[in-house]
Amino acid sequence: MNAVTYLIYAFLAVNMVFNLLGSFSLHRFPDVYTRLHGATKCTTFGTIFAVLAVVVHAAYQLHITGDPKYLQMALHSLVALIALLLTNPTGAHAIAKAAYISGYKPAKAVVDAYEEKLRGGAE
Amino acid sequence: MRFVTAFIWSYMLWLVLTAGSKGLLWSGQELVAGVIFSAIVAFTTKDIIGDNAVRFLNPVKWVGFAVYSIGPLFWGMVKANLDVAYRVITGRIKPGIVRVPVDLENDAQYTILSNSITLTPGTLTVDACPEEKALYVHWINVTEKEPKSSEVIAGPFEKWARRLGR
Repeated sequence: MNAVTYLIYAFLAVNMVFNLLGSFSLHRFPDVYTRLHGATKCTTFGTIFAVLAVVVHAAYQLHITGDPKYLQMALHSLVALIALLLTNPTGAHAIAKAAYISGYKPAKAVVDAYEEKLRGGAE
Repeated sequence: MRFVTAFIWSYMLWLVLTAGSKGLLWSGQELVAGVIFSAIVAFTTKDIIGDNAVRFLNPVKWVGFAVYSIGPLFWGMVKANLDVAYRVITGRIKPGIVRVPVDLENDAQYTILSNSITLTPGTLTVDACPEEKALYVHWINVTEKEPKSSEVIAGPFEKWARRLGR
């Protein structure tokens, strides 16, 4: 057990806490929009730390062994992270818009400007 | 030109994915195979990619993107997650969809801004309307029903999006 191992465990712990909160938010929140908040933000943030843990592990092993497979491991995880960061908000936006158009109104909403816009467009 | 842009992007991705095939560098086979596959990908996607996508090949922009995502965006995500975590635990929410006027010029800037908004404090972009220069944002804790600018929601992100997407 050295400092690098502790760092990896710390990253994994952060990842687990936020992914757990993300799943928990699916239970706590009332409708599809608020649930998307939990499902996109918490899981993206948690997964960043999972990837960081992999990268730190791979960089450390590369430093010790010099085996090129660890370089591949680190680079592939980073590419996966970039793809996730680009697609996760895009997917959330697509789900939110599709849900709105198919008629799910936000629960307990205090203001709904999008409804006015859609109604204005129909007239 | 569009073919060249798509080709360079796919070849760079290929190089990243196959690094370490010979020592820490690339073997000759991988380099040749990369040229073939990138050419196929570039040929099939050259009608989809935009005409001025070539501006994103500028390395100065990559530095900008790196600084943006490590600095303001990451800090925003930390705040967003603590905020959402607090709301998950206490269940104290006040949701609503607000119209946010923004001042941006092209699609790339809208993409950057709305993706950043989705990843940060309690907000989720439902729709972007470039024709009326506005974003429709689902806000988990509405404090201002008709915001005049994106300052309340996105902080400094609009400035960054304008600079990076130019």
